Amino acid sequence: MVNSSTILALIPILPLIGFLFVALNVKKLSQGVASIIACGSVFISFVLSVIIFVLLLSEGTSAINVLLFQWINTDSFHASFSLVVDPLSSIMLLIITGVGFLIHVYSIGYMKEDAGFNKFFSYLNLFVFFMLLLVLGDNYLVMFIGWEGVGLCSFLLIGFWFKNPEYNRAANKAFIMNRIGDLGLLLGVILIFTHFGTINFQEVFAQAGSIDASIISWITILLFVGAMGKSAQLPLYTWLPDAMAGPTPVSALIHAATMVTAGVYMVARNNILYAMAPAAMMLVLAVGLLTALFAASIALTQNDIKKVLAYSTISQLGLMFAALGAGAFSSGIFHMATHAFFKALLFLAAGSVIHAMLGEQDIRKMGGLRKFIPTTYFTFLIGVVAISGIPPFAGFFSKDEILAHLYGNNPIVWGIGVLTSLLTVFYMFRLLFLTFFGSFRSSEQVQKQLHESPLSMTVPLIALAFLSTLGGFMGIPEILGGSNWLNEFLNPVFADSYLLIGKDHLNHSTEYVLMGSVLIFTLVMILLTYSRYVRQQHVPQTEGLKLNSLHKLAYNKYYVDERYDQFVVKPLYALSTFFEKWIERSGIDRLVNLVGSIVDTLSKAVRLMQQGSIAYYILIMAVSIVLLLISRM
Amino acid sequence: MEWIVAFLIFFPLLAAIAILIVGEAQAKGFALAASLIELIVSLYCVFLFQHNADLQFGIDVPWVTSIGLHFFVGIDGISLPLILLTTLLIPFIILSSWANNYHRSTSFYALVLTMQMALVGVFAARDGLLFYLFWEAALIPVYFICLIWGGENRAHITFKFFVYTLAGSLFMLVALIYLYLHTPNAHSFAMNDLYEAGRSLSATEQTWIFWMLFIAFAIKMPVFPFHTWQPDTYTVAPTQGTMLLSAIMLKMGIFGLIRWLIPIVPLAFAEWGITAVLLSVTGIIYASCIALVQKDFKRLIAYSSIAHVGLISGGVLTMSNNGIQGAMVQMLSHGIIVFALFYIIDLIEKRTKTRSLSELSGIRNVAPVLTTTFVIVMLGSVALPLTSGFVGEFLLISSLFKYQMIIGSVAGVTIILGAVYMLVAFQKAMSGEVNEKTSSFADLTTMEKLTLYPAVLLILVIGIYPALLLDISQAAVTQLVNSLQDLTALTK
Repeated sequence: MVNSSTILALIPILPLIGFLFVALNVKKLSQGVASIIACGSVFISFVLSVIIFVLLLSEGTSAINVLLFQWINTDSFHASFSLVVDPLSSIMLLIITGVGFLIHVYSIGYMKEDAGFNKFFSYLNLFVFFMLLLVLGDNYLVMFIGWEGVGLCSFLLIGFWFKNPEYNRAANKAFIMNRIGDLGLLLGVILIFTHFGTINFQEVFAQAGSIDASIISWITILLFVGAMGKSAQLPLYTWLPDAMAGPTPVSALIHAATMVTAGVYMVARNNILYAMAPAAMMLVLAVGLLTALFAASIALTQNDIKKVLAYSTISQLGLMFAALGAGAFSSGIFHMATHAFFKALLFLAAGSVIHAMLGEQDIRKMGGLRKFIPTTYFTFLIGVVAISGIPPFAGFFSKDEILAHLYGNNPIVWGIGVLTSLLTVFYMFRLLFLTFFGSFRSSEQVQKQLHESPLSMTVPLIALAFLSTLGGFMGIPEILGGSNWLNEFLNPVFADSYLLIGKDHLNHSTEYVLMGSVLIFTLVMILLTYSRYVRQQHVPQTEGLKLNSLHKLAYNKYYVDERYDQFVVKPLYALSTFFEKWIERSGIDRLVNLVGSIVDTLSKAVRLMQQGSIAYYILIMAVSIVLLLISRM
Repeated sequence: MEWIVAFLIFFPLLAAIAILIVGEAQAKGFALAASLIELIVSLYCVFLFQHNADLQFGIDVPWVTSIGLHFFVGIDGISLPLILLTTLLIPFIILSSWANNYHRSTSFYALVLTMQMALVGVFAARDGLLFYLFWEAALIPVYFICLIWGGENRAHITFKFFVYTLAGSLFMLVALIYLYLHTPNAHSFAMNDLYEAGRSLSATEQTWIFWMLFIAFAIKMPVFPFHTWQPDTYTVAPTQGTMLLSAIMLKMGIFGLIRWLIPIVPLAFAEWGITAVLLSVTGIIYASCIALVQKDFKRLIAYSSIAHVGLISGGVLTMSNNGIQGAMVQMLSHGIIVFALFYIIDLIEKRTKTRSLSELSGIRNVAPVLTTTFVIVMLGSVALPLTSGFVGEFLLISSLFKYQMIIGSVAGVTIILGAVYMLVAFQKAMSGEVNEKTSSFADLTTMEKLTLYPAVLLILVIGIYPALLLDISQAAVTQLVNSLQDLTALTK
């Protein structure tokens, strides 16, 4: 009988073996073998994750640990390579391996024609390995391995089609922006180590009460800087839209379902520290809300199917952070889970659309596709309905839970949350209608070859559609007769924080009113969108249109990239050039040469008295040294 | 087993002399064989080494009795990793020249092995004057290697390098003599006597000694602002010369800080250490920025080396367990990584006749194996976890952070800037479409793989299981740090 620790250790190790095997034989393996190994390793990890999940459910054990080896050990610092799974990470495990497996399968069809097929699968496996380390690490440094490792895979996969300089730039941008966040995270970890003397999660959480509150604030803020980078929050979000350069399965797996939620996981993991730092909670709430609204407003105006989804992801991540910041940790994780289902679904369905459209991503050139690719249409529709929060689809429950908590925090905060949700409804239905309704707006040539994707792609779509439909039932609220199973399951992880914050309880009638009003707004919004994009057949015009200023601002993404270029990148290069030209060459080096030439000039004068043989000088030097030594003995 | 240290020092010298006899045709192979024997013996030494703080394999023979000079050498936990770095890299540096047909190759390889003698000597010396002699002896072979086999404008540049570092060493000599004259009993250069002498000096005297020694070491590493000889020299030197300088020789300076500076003048160190830390950390940012705007790939890595060394030196100067342990790992890691980077640049230059990043493009299309190797080395350089670079940089940054939060945070910026210049360079040279210079680029040959793969493997092994290194130096480092802490506690 294999014990549970071994099972736990195998979960990340299997994808690692898959990666090594495929990567080392990248030229020799056929596509079939490579995809079987890659998918198979993730699938077995998924099965093992289910076993672990069941163990956690049944045994009443709160966590399973495994120590692999001592990693970095000095007399004053210890980091072991050890893993732990508790309810929070077991939910993450199921999402990563489950959704990850579906996306692996989908990729078989999507990447079939690509010369880098095997390489692609090896990267995917490597990503899954690092992502699993991230959520399983039982100390900050093992988490950090995963944290940076997924960043590496993201970099490799965004720049997968490396012949395109634009894509390479996007890959670099992602890595570097993440590194800015990572520095925050790293300093946070070091600060923890400096004050706690350990970096083990359990030991840190146990001691947290005895540490100065301002230190806890600093730690949580620094950690959150890391989350801003990884989870694409203001102001470190601009890499994510560019990251859409990667193949679409990558966008679904890394840039929607898993990696970008690492920040949410990390904050939730540290919930007890955040609960002790009201200022940091405020910051998380504010950044989350602002990002949610800001990104949603950009999504309203974009015409690239993947870009809309990218901004939508940023916005939804913002909503999750808002939930965490409001102290609703379990709601944040709930939304993360349902979002993983429907956003992976939307991306994969978008990939299927792009596949059918021969690589076209501009929704202005689509239209009427529901007749040509019905499975894709149907699954995409479920994704749209789920993210818009229409019952009983997954997003409804998680979003409603977050909004209820936001109301408990402050009605204005709730208002912003609702506004974001309504914008989400608008841009998602706009996307749906422009893509699948109306008449086809591209050339006949393209129209002739429109085709549904192969089974390897549509089956994962259907599976995800299924999850997006039913996924919300893991957290049915009391007012709808449920018991909120997820909340109960996660309770051991968050209980102490809830005690500390004092969990708000809305009375049932308020909850009904809130839920009902949001639903009515949502339906009105859908009708509005329908009338604009289906009844009036409105198509966003091509470039050069007259836009009102706010629309134009949003369409150009508020010129944030341009500002970063102007205020960060250019000054950095200007400073570097200044250093090189003025400090290095005209400053320090000239000074050094000046000293040299002074000596040279002086020695020219002295040289008149010498015959200029180096041997002679060395002799003099040696004799002098010896004389000096002897004289003082 | 005392012979083992004497062997490690003198065997390369004997081999160097023998090479002059065996002649041109066999020089390369002979040098490689000799360096491999040296490597095996050093590995045996690692095997025999007891993991404690004591001096092991010590040899103490009076040499020039009139001035109290002893041939006093030995190995402890701080010197062993550096000796290992030397013996490990020399065979690969020789391998890296396998495709080269240097004129006067007997001299070339004899100089490389002579250099090895001096380097091992520097790390093993327990006598101040002996240390100085090896220190200077190391300069001469590398000077000739750069002068004879270097690139354009080498005479002027190597001369500047020679004079600059020699001038620095003279400060050290003066300081050592001053200490020698203040040794408690009979005048001696023995390490412990010099420690005692230095600690008995007044604060002002210690300050003088501190700065004279610091400048000598700072020039060697080099630390900002004593670095201006370095980019030109690294760029103009033949690849093997650059490797000797950057991968091994600069560690003499860092080693000097640990062994021959901080313990000698603890009072002055307590007062002036922070100034030295500030210089080191300034260098990290300054050199990283300049690396950003370099067009010559080799020069870019030269500046990046200044940045990395600034971090190591800063960490050492915190005189904390993590700082020095981080430095020990990072010295090896940096040595292996720059060796690999300069080799990769050499391969690119040989195939394309250029090192200019703007002229390179798309090598990834035609040389996937080289690209993968390059990526792993680059990840080591940008300190990704599970590479050797991370272990060192994490310990160093955390030691600096504990020392002073703002300084530590500024030093941490290296993980951002380092990623920027490396990724941008990688993107320019490797990604995109091939151009006329890179279209016929051949992937790694077997010989080149043999040279590079071990480095790649080591980057990963040290990153995954750093205990291999940390355990060697731990006891010695702890003893050193504790003794100094006691000392500063006493003076307070």
